[in-house]
Amino acid sequence: MRLLRLSLMLGTCALALPALAAEPTDADILTNYANIALAGYEDSLATARALDAAIEALIATPSDATLTAARDAWRAARPWYQETEAFRFGNPIVDDWEGRVNAWPLDEGLIDYVDASYGTESDENGLYTANVIANPAITIDGETVDASAITPEFLSGTLQEAGGVEANVATGYHAIEFLLWGQDLNGTGAGAGNRPATDYSTEPNAARRAQYLGAASDLLVSDLEEMVANWQDGGAARAALAEQGIATILTGMGSLSYGELAGERMKLGLLLHDPEEEHDCFSDNTYVSHLHDAIGVRNVYLGKYTRLDGSVIEGASLSQLVAGKDAALDSELRGLLDDTVGKMQAMATRGETVEKYDQMIGEGNDEGNAVVQAAIDGLVAQTRGIERVVALLALDDVTVEGSDSLDNPDVVFQ
Amino acid sequence: MHKYFTALLVVTLLAGFGFADDTPVRTDLTPEDLARVRAITAPTDDFNRPEPFEALPAGASTTKKLVNRDSFSHSSANLTFEQEGDFKLGNALFRKVWVSSPSSTLASDGLGPLFNARGCQNCHLKDGRGRPPEGSEENAVSMFLRLSVPPQDAAQQTLLDSRGVLLFPEPSYGEQLQVFAVPGLPAEGRMVIDYTEVPVTLGDGTVVSLRQPAYSIADLAYGPLSEHVMLSPRVAPPMIGLGLLEAVPQEDILAQSDPDDRDGDGISGKPNFVTDIADGQVKLGRFGWKAGAPSIRVQSASAFSGDIGISTPLVNRPYGDCTPAQPACLAMPNGEQSERGVSEGPDPVLDLVTFYSQNLGVPRRRDIDDPAVLRGKQQFYALGCISCHTPKYVTSREAITDAHKFQLIWPYTDLLLHDMGEGLADHRPEGAADGYEWRTPPLWGIGLTQTVSGHTLFLHDGRARNLTEAILWHGGEAEAAKAGFANLPESARNDLIAFLESL
Repeated sequence: MRLLRLSLMLGTCALALPALAAEPTDADILTNYANIALAGYEDSLATARALDAAIEALIATPSDATLTAARDAWRAARPWYQETEAFRFGNPIVDDWEGRVNAWPLDEGLIDYVDASYGTESDENGLYTANVIANPAITIDGETVDASAITPEFLSGTLQEAGGVEANVATGYHAIEFLLWGQDLNGTGAGAGNRPATDYSTEPNAARRAQYLGAASDLLVSDLEEMVANWQDGGAARAALAEQGIATILTGMGSLSYGELAGERMKLGLLLHDPEEEHDCFSDNTYVSHLHDAIGVRNVYLGKYTRLDGSVIEGASLSQLVAGKDAALDSELRGLLDDTVGKMQAMATRGETVEKYDQMIGEGNDEGNAVVQAAIDGLVAQTRGIERVVALLALDDVTVEGSDSLDNPDVVFQ
Repeated sequence: MHKYFTALLVVTLLAGFGFADDTPVRTDLTPEDLARVRAITAPTDDFNRPEPFEALPAGASTTKKLVNRDSFSHSSANLTFEQEGDFKLGNALFRKVWVSSPSSTLASDGLGPLFNARGCQNCHLKDGRGRPPEGSEENAVSMFLRLSVPPQDAAQQTLLDSRGVLLFPEPSYGEQLQVFAVPGLPAEGRMVIDYTEVPVTLGDGTVVSLRQPAYSIADLAYGPLSEHVMLSPRVAPPMIGLGLLEAVPQEDILAQSDPDDRDGDGISGKPNFVTDIADGQVKLGRFGWKAGAPSIRVQSASAFSGDIGISTPLVNRPYGDCTPAQPACLAMPNGEQSERGVSEGPDPVLDLVTFYSQNLGVPRRRDIDDPAVLRGKQQFYALGCISCHTPKYVTSREAITDAHKFQLIWPYTDLLLHDMGEGLADHRPEGAADGYEWRTPPLWGIGLTQTVSGHTLFLHDGRARNLTEAILWHGGEAEAAKAGFANLPESARNDLIAFLESL
């Protein structure tokens, strides 16, 4: 897959050297990695079930207290899911599924009422302000669709990405986030979304809003149940991992670090100074989510994961494999991963004490910008280390099917 | 050397000569590599089994994710992590929704004033194929009308002939009909399509109904159209594999050209040489339904300007497609801010969107060893489809991006213009492409159209409702191949469709 051509030769040299220390086998590393994935998705599921219970309480008895409890449950669930994002990008089963639970950004006017400043200028996305909560019938691609019952099946089968527009996100953590917080109308000023609890009692369409929230929450639970099953013995994700080998681990680490997190989720917002370019934009929880992405990357390299219940899963790791071949590189990469987590923690501390993430990326906020930039720099630096590990382990052979490889001229034109 | 060849080719073109006999040979390969490339790109004559590497239509960049509606949205599989980062930033800008000026989000304004879409992705839905409006939809979803007028005097004709311009915009409405405008300004008008069903009887008596569209414009807001106006409907094309098409050596394309049909096979293949707005040089057009754009960068900048009304360093028109005959449009605020660079979409917006557009991966093929697919492949070759839908190339070793270098690719296009007959004609020339000619579109990924885009509407204006109708619309140079298909027994027609569905 995404591998450097030069690495083939470098890695071949490295492999020719005898191993100096006892190294774990690839199979042991993959088993431990899959066990961490299973535990991570189980913890995500457990916290999603707690969220679901809090949402049921909110729907049953709407009040400031039950709304606050539901928001707290959402915030408590996020770190556990974010730590599983390191399992994306290398595994086709995870990649196929991910958009259902964590798609972002979303055009919230599809789901519910929005402020006038959101605009009504709609061109091709006719669903930009469809407001399905207020409308029991909506038009998708020129056809009237019955939305009288907002069920999990309706959300996942009809509304998600309706019209082929990716911003039509109807399901997952961020749809639920919007229904708990509402729009953050403070721009790069202080404050998150401020949806009143009366949206679920006395305000117009309260019953349909509750129906939507309940359905989205049920769907999140069932989607996570599906992914937990995929990582159990005999599950599809575990089987795909066995086929693809340890390159999967490095692909996930590098793709999440660089393109996804440093690039799309962080650098772009900093470039545009746009508060809409914030991952958890309704709740102002972004710095927490980013921190746990970075922790997730470190987890899979170290082969170590601290669970929701405080227990620790630890076993054969990529770190041990690298250390056996090049102790200095292992030490360097561990240092880089720690450094990034440290910078993310500094960003999170600033988020708790000084200003939220959308303020940090505001235009002219040099100090806030610098804190975000430091975390981005850490992610970029650790990706360089990951690339050196790819080279050390000569993973070209593992990830590109040898018999079909077109970039190896000896194979192509035999 | 390369420049010399280009200049020579242009001189030859202007002198009215063809290229079939003495075209230059690509210079990026050693003689040994060239021999191997020629051997592997020769059309197969063995249809009992798939060819080596056929499963990977984009070589090492082929994507291998599970098939779903994201199948056209993945980055090439052989990018570095850093390139994947640029791809993701480009993707974010591709889906970015631009807003009208003035706005509090300074970096996002500059929309319009006239526009067809507020963001790239609003037309390029799921990076897939656009379509005409359906049912009660009032506005086109991912399709618009291009406008122009013929040259009005000898000087304009000379300018056109020298490739100085591709066409002359309609004097009041510009180069395309924008069906949206920012608040306070009327949209230009509304595209109207009237379909007439035309029955076609196949050799075995099967009747297929084709829908013949007629285009007009309603609710004209800026006065009458020129009496000479020419309309050309265009759907958004699939975005996959474009960087690889850019990396096909020009010599390999021109080797197929035969504009005067000297070999008498009824197939021409005409290059559309155009002036590159980036450097003023005359180059081979490769992109767009009539091959009017020489590069993805130019195509992207043109779309930013014409479709969204966002200026870039390459097409720095903050008023997009507003004409002098639309003073209200020119009086609107624009989004240019000197502190961000001189255009509404400052660097590196165009660079990142270009990189994104060059690196959308082509999915792995399915079912290549299915007997029906192999039989259909044989029909595809036997009917002569490959005369224009060229199966294979090996990309240049001198491609700009490493991921595009020396890949065996299977796009099924010659990237040349062909007369497709009266049925498909738009009667609107674009550069060297006359009103009957269209560039052969690539076929890779065509079998995933339903999966990705939720429809099976094909051709430049989505008139064909399935692959069979699309084939039956072929005329002109493709008349014989089309007739051959129409006269096949049903099972053989189904085999050919099965082959296309596997692409």
